[in-house]
Amino acid sequence: MIAQIEQAAAQIAGIVGWETIRIVVGLVGVLVVVLVNALVLTWAERKVSGHIQRRIGPKEVGPFGLLQPIADTIKLLAKELLTPQNVEKPLYLLAPTLIFVPVLVSFIVIPFDSYLQVKDINVGILVILAFSSLSVLSILIAGLGSNNKYSLIGSLRSVAQNIAYEIPLLLSLLAVVLMAGSLSLKDIVEAQKGLWYVVYQPIAFLVFFVASVAETNRTPFDLPEAESELVAGFHTEYSGMRFALFFLAEYTNMFIVSAMITTFFLGGYGGPILPGFVWFFIKTYLLVFVFLWFRWTFPRVRFDQLLNVSWKLLIPLSLLNLLVTGGILKI
Amino acid sequence: MSGLTNPAAIIKGAYSLIVGLGVTIKAFFRPVVTSQYPREVIDISPRFRGHTKLVGDPENPERTLCIVCGMCQKSCPSGAIKKVEGEKKEGEKKKTLTTYILDFTTCSQCGICVEVCPTDALAFSADYNPVGFSREDCRYDLVNEYEQRRAL
Repeated sequence: MIAQIEQAAAQIAGIVGWETIRIVVGLVGVLVVVLVNALVLTWAERKVSGHIQRRIGPKEVGPFGLLQPIADTIKLLAKELLTPQNVEKPLYLLAPTLIFVPVLVSFIVIPFDSYLQVKDINVGILVILAFSSLSVLSILIAGLGSNNKYSLIGSLRSVAQNIAYEIPLLLSLLAVVLMAGSLSLKDIVEAQKGLWYVVYQPIAFLVFFVASVAETNRTPFDLPEAESELVAGFHTEYSGMRFALFFLAEYTNMFIVSAMITTFFLGGYGGPILPGFVWFFIKTYLLVFVFLWFRWTFPRVRFDQLLNVSWKLLIPLSLLNLLVTGGILKI
Repeated sequence: MSGLTNPAAIIKGAYSLIVGLGVTIKAFFRPVVTSQYPREVIDISPRFRGHTKLVGDPENPERTLCIVCGMCQKSCPSGAIKKVEGEKKEGEKKKTLTTYILDFTTCSQCGICVEVCPTDALAFSADYNPVGFSREDCRYDLVNEYEQRRAL
């Protein structure tokens, strides 16, 4: 059986080359990870919120409510796709697709294990940062195209917020890049074989963590969707599967950001006894848990506070950190 | 904006965030306090006011303590007690209740009937989920209800 598959693969490789096969298989794997992750996270979010409020959370569908996300998916698939009359149709339809694609691309460079990586690009950090900042664009398009004041306010907030927090995100990462001497994610993980960068770079870690919570629009920085002020923010007018795509993108972004923190600061797939990808997922999901934990602990910040934290605190702090790191490395 | 330029204030603020996280994580590991309603029902508190019910005579459970004086009907502010009728049976000193109709749609569970009853024949039941599809369903014959309770 395996020999047959190998033979078939070799035949196809003869036509298109091994690299194409690797990328196709990798993309399929990435899609599986994305969808399963979204299912797990919707369940986990409701369970965690339940237990923090001393409830049980979902429990009816399947054992411990584990099949609840599948039931939700079926519901969302079966729902009518409403297109409000006055929307800018091309923009309105483009936004949910556009938010999902960059998320997929970011996965290509994430090293799940020393051998589990779709492609080790030597500017991996740039790829991830560039594509994750594209999601702002689709949020802006969704807000503009919806022809709804709440959507527009939400998306404009999102743009201001994401621009403000992308800078500390990048600056704090630069310190890590300086230490590892490489932009490739795999090299950065390999450089953390001895001690994790969270020990060398606690300030960069904190800044990166805060900025990434803001980048994923999670509480306490969830102003773009602020449900108590803006109905649902930029996705107010979306229903059914289009809404589900926004939802999927949010959860996937959470995973990507956690995976980035794991890779850059927590030693990635490195760890004793257990295989690498197990360590990777343990670390990533612990971070995701912290995200959920944040959501049920902190109230939403005011908009001026949000921008002040970034421009007046995080950016100077990360610049200083970069300066000190550079100085020490040079000496 | 002195808050963000003052290191002491930043540290104090960060500390308050950690305290908040501590509060929620403690709640996370504490036992759940909700009860899973259709599967488990909590005990109804003795002070709970459901619809009124008749209290049986401890010496003779065949009959209730009611002597058909009609005080409850007269005192009801909403006129929810529609009919209180009884008959005097052979060889008994007191009247025996035969019908007691309570219109629960207008009853506000004020408890005046329970208070005014000279023989304490009325009490609040713990029945917290009475439902019906029509107005007629909400007219309870408390004598019937008493008989049903006795049969159980």
